[in-house]
Amino acid sequence: MKCRRCKKPAVIKLPRHNTAYCGFCFQFYVYEQVRRALSEHKMLQKKEPVLVAVSGGKDSLALWDILTKLGYHAVGLHLNLGIGSYSETSQSKVEAFARTRNLELITHAYQEAYGLGIVEIARETARPACSACGTMKRYHFNRIAREKGFAVVATGHNLDDEASRLLGNVLQWQESYLQKQSPALAAEDGKWARKVRPLYRLTEREIAAYTVISRIDYIIEECPMSKGAKMFLYKEMLNQLEETSPGTKHQFYLGYLQKKEQIFSPQEKDKQCCKVCGQPTRGTICSYCRLMERVAT
Amino acid sequence: MKGPRKAALILKELNLPREAYLVICGEELVTEDALLPDDADVEIRPVISGG
Repeated sequence: MKCRRCKKPAVIKLPRHNTAYCGFCFQFYVYEQVRRALSEHKMLQKKEPVLVAVSGGKDSLALWDILTKLGYHAVGLHLNLGIGSYSETSQSKVEAFARTRNLELITHAYQEAYGLGIVEIARETARPACSACGTMKRYHFNRIAREKGFAVVATGHNLDDEASRLLGNVLQWQESYLQKQSPALAAEDGKWARKVRPLYRLTEREIAAYTVISRIDYIIEECPMSKGAKMFLYKEMLNQLEETSPGTKHQFYLGYLQKKEQIFSPQEKDKQCCKVCGQPTRGTICSYCRLMERVAT
Repeated sequence: MKGPRKAALILKELNLPREAYLVICGEELVTEDALLPDDADVEIRPVISGG
């Protein structure tokens, strides 16, 4: 199999594009997909510093690598969730990545801040671990971005993440989540950071391939707390469809983004400030502060 | 697993979907039609990872 661009031996076949690339040309393809995402959704301004949420997994480290190579001032933010050796390994991968590339990294450890890790917080509040984790991550991304003066936070969500989330939202008819799902979310109240997902045009497999080709060392294991999550089932189902009909995930998610505005009327701003922490919320107290109340009691 | 064997055949025999796994020989990514020798050091890496 030959590379479509340079005719050298290919290292990856992309059935959804009916093509194959060598390592060098595949990296070029990845940069082009990210450039296109950034440009189509006006995600970043060239001189604006961006806070990149880095877990130590392939997506976030690939994102940090790509944004840096594209010339953006990307600073990493790692939240140590306090999940035993999994979190220790994750942090060491992030620190090694930053150190070898001379990149700025901000870390925040739950164990130091609360005296508890996410497992204990979820247990004490009787919340599913992934749900408590999501609430806490959103809060800290917002808080740290604001404290450090970042107007934008980038996360490594890929096409599989977005397509599986869309499938889950459709299956449950979660209209408010469907309306909100977007690769670029505006700043809430004009004072909180914008949220962008520059990898949404690339599949999970493409990003994993990029990390192998680019020699990025990441944590390969899945988070031990995510075992049995429905998202994996949705991803598996979508991959089955993708195998028989390449391009399904792309058509599903990007097609949805094109049609979304015809389906939903413009979103009403129904958020206010949390009475405790001031972050955006639909109620009077945000989900993070309600979670913390339960930890304290 | 005995070689030589094509990467695609390894995934098929292990009943692994190609969309969810990469085949890495040594440190290099290989396409599904790559013929891997008997003494090759092959890693089958799941693409879903992290948290």
